[in-house]
Amino acid sequence: MEKKLIISPSPHIHGVDKTSRLMRDVVIALLPAFAVSVVVYGVNALVVTGLSVVSCVLFEFLIQRYLLRGPLTINNWSAVLTGLLLAFNLPGTLPAWQIVMGCFVAIAVAKMPFGGLGRNLFNPALVGRVFLLISFPVQMTSFAPVTRAATDAMSGATPLAFVKEALKKGMGLDQIMPDLPSYSDMLFGFRSGSLGEIAALALIVGFIYLLWRKVITWHIPVFVIGTMTAFSGILHLADQAHYISPLFHLMAGGTLLGAIYMATDYVTSPMNTRGMLIYGVGIGLITILIRVFGAYPEGMSFAILIMNATVPLINKYVKPRRFGLAPAKR
Amino acid sequence: MSKTFKIGGIHPSDSKLSRGAAIEVFGLPQTVTIPVAQHIGAPAVTCVAKGDQVKTGQVIATAAGFVSSNIHSSVSGVVTSVDDVPDAGGMRRKAVTIQVEGDQWAEGIDRSDKLMSSVTLSAKEIVEKITAAGIVGMGGATFPTHVKLSIPPGKKAECLIINGVECEPYLTSDHRVMLERSEELLVGVQILCKALGVEKAYIGIEKNKPDAIAHLKGLVSKYPGVEVVPLKVQYPQGGEKQLIDAVVGRQVPSGALPIEVGAVVQNVGTALAVYEAVQKNKPLIERVVTVTGKSVKTPANYLVRIGTPIEALIERSGGVPDDCEKIVNGGPMMGRALSNPTAPVTKGTSGILLMRTKEARRPAATTCISCAKCVAVCPMGLEPYLIYKLACKTMLAEAEEHRATDCIECGSCSYACPAALPLLDRIRLAKAGVMKIARERAIKQK
Repeated sequence: MEKKLIISPSPHIHGVDKTSRLMRDVVIALLPAFAVSVVVYGVNALVVTGLSVVSCVLFEFLIQRYLLRGPLTINNWSAVLTGLLLAFNLPGTLPAWQIVMGCFVAIAVAKMPFGGLGRNLFNPALVGRVFLLISFPVQMTSFAPVTRAATDAMSGATPLAFVKEALKKGMGLDQIMPDLPSYSDMLFGFRSGSLGEIAALALIVGFIYLLWRKVITWHIPVFVIGTMTAFSGILHLADQAHYISPLFHLMAGGTLLGAIYMATDYVTSPMNTRGMLIYGVGIGLITILIRVFGAYPEGMSFAILIMNATVPLINKYVKPRRFGLAPAKR
Repeated sequence: MSKTFKIGGIHPSDSKLSRGAAIEVFGLPQTVTIPVAQHIGAPAVTCVAKGDQVKTGQVIATAAGFVSSNIHSSVSGVVTSVDDVPDAGGMRRKAVTIQVEGDQWAEGIDRSDKLMSSVTLSAKEIVEKITAAGIVGMGGATFPTHVKLSIPPGKKAECLIINGVECEPYLTSDHRVMLERSEELLVGVQILCKALGVEKAYIGIEKNKPDAIAHLKGLVSKYPGVEVVPLKVQYPQGGEKQLIDAVVGRQVPSGALPIEVGAVVQNVGTALAVYEAVQKNKPLIERVVTVTGKSVKTPANYLVRIGTPIEALIERSGGVPDDCEKIVNGGPMMGRALSNPTAPVTKGTSGILLMRTKEARRPAATTCISCAKCVAVCPMGLEPYLIYKLACKTMLAEAEEHRATDCIECGSCSYACPAALPLLDRIRLAKAGVMKIARERAIKQK
């Protein structure tokens, strides 16, 4: 036979998953939240997001091309995703130079020195965000007032910051509840906050899309949110005057953005469901601890970064359920 | 919720192009090449020489030991050579080549279609007949069936599980057997039950074969103790350990045989061969082979004499399509790419798959992004990414610790990997390395 045949070991077929497809799917899942941010914050949202995405891609391109001199990696969409997620964690009023700086830290400090996609220990977008939060605390925590929902009392403050401030002044929750945005406003995004975190519903729509496309599994988001609900619920039941309800914790701040899109980052999360349980519970506990007892009003970013650091250990010691080790049912 | 195995699994498109094609008798080729090693274990020892006249069904090579199998001539004619010839992979292996002359069958073989449903022989006699007929596992593993039926002392078989899963995409030979040879198959199941001394037999069939499930369900009332178990479609359900888990909910311990949990698994094709051997005196000289592929003109299921050149089957189905770049001996998940289409059909050949260029080429590998998909799909609960990395660094002691030898080589990890890493290739190397170390250790201990 004159025809040349390919000889390779099995399997001879391959699934549809590709790194670029998975990354692109996460970007698609974030589009509803992006749309809400544009509606609420207007052109600012477009500028911040655009600048962040372009900077991240550009930094990765420059580093890969001129420092590492490796093959082009920006076509795997991971830098786009990092840029998008970083922008979603920023206020719409952040100065441009600070955004670019955040992108630089995300890509040139948190990602590429470790070897690029797949090898970084910490979530690059969150490293970028926390860097900015610590370096520029004022700019990072001042938000443009959202006209529809905010009353004068809390213009420009996120609901979490507002609650924290009020409790510190010795006010009871019953006094400040009327000034907080309603749950329906929080569901649709009419409240202050980072660009991508404000619309709970849009984030949940994206979550359903990711589950349908089998990009992520339900484990990490459910473990994180479940732990936060349980922990804040216990506190709330113990003292309703000082601990706000679990529902508020879930809707406010970066809970959904963090639990669905940041904690599930492939590279920096555990490799099996048992590990994911430890990781998710850890994030939930630390987030509520920081929110309720810590100095910062929001603790999601810190919680995820802290748990990122435990992932190599979790992977080393927590093994999947092996076949044939379960006690035989007779 | 229908039954399935509990850990991992993938859902490739089943692509059963030939599911509607009735089994077609392929007819006699001009020559057959019958290898003496068509089974796991020692190659059989030839007992014919060049120039000998042989009949269809006559023994041409005898089993060399317990884990071995007799080989029979699948045609009548003259032996033209007993020599090493290239097999499907291009390796030279001993085979008997026979020039076909007529179709004279050896005496004592019942060639009629009449159903012989009464099982009169004792368990011992049944196993003797199966041994004589050279029957091996026809799902592809080709483990001698009489070995599987000889229960080690101290163990007891509790049930027989018939593997009608055919979880490999494209393949349909078992499906057609269940539809067209159902009564014979069921008698075969009863014979196997008797040989094992068990009362209960389950036939596991995936739900993508509703016609086979319905057909067999309608017939089993006549066969006490036989039960059809519909299974959720999920690869690799046809794996022995996965099938036992799916059907009776027991997991075979690491390194142990199915008998440890009281189960014996036999393939549909094997059960049919057992029927023919025990009731009809007919040795294993032919089998059903699927010839299929996206651009194959007429995907088909042929009843083929062992030793027929694979080429001839492809020719009958319209020849090698222009856009075909890979020919797989078996299914796309576990089959072997063949380099030599002139090689013969053997006892383990379940299908011939002709793959188009774009399917045949592997996607380019990128870097691991720790997506954990390989861990999620591994039916043995292993960490393919980790064994892969250990294999790359030849850290064999660690690979052994992470149970590399538990891998059943189903290929689910490589299939699922978004970075298209050659996970299974490396895991195979790790397995081979670990097994070598284990053997050396065993020798030292002695």
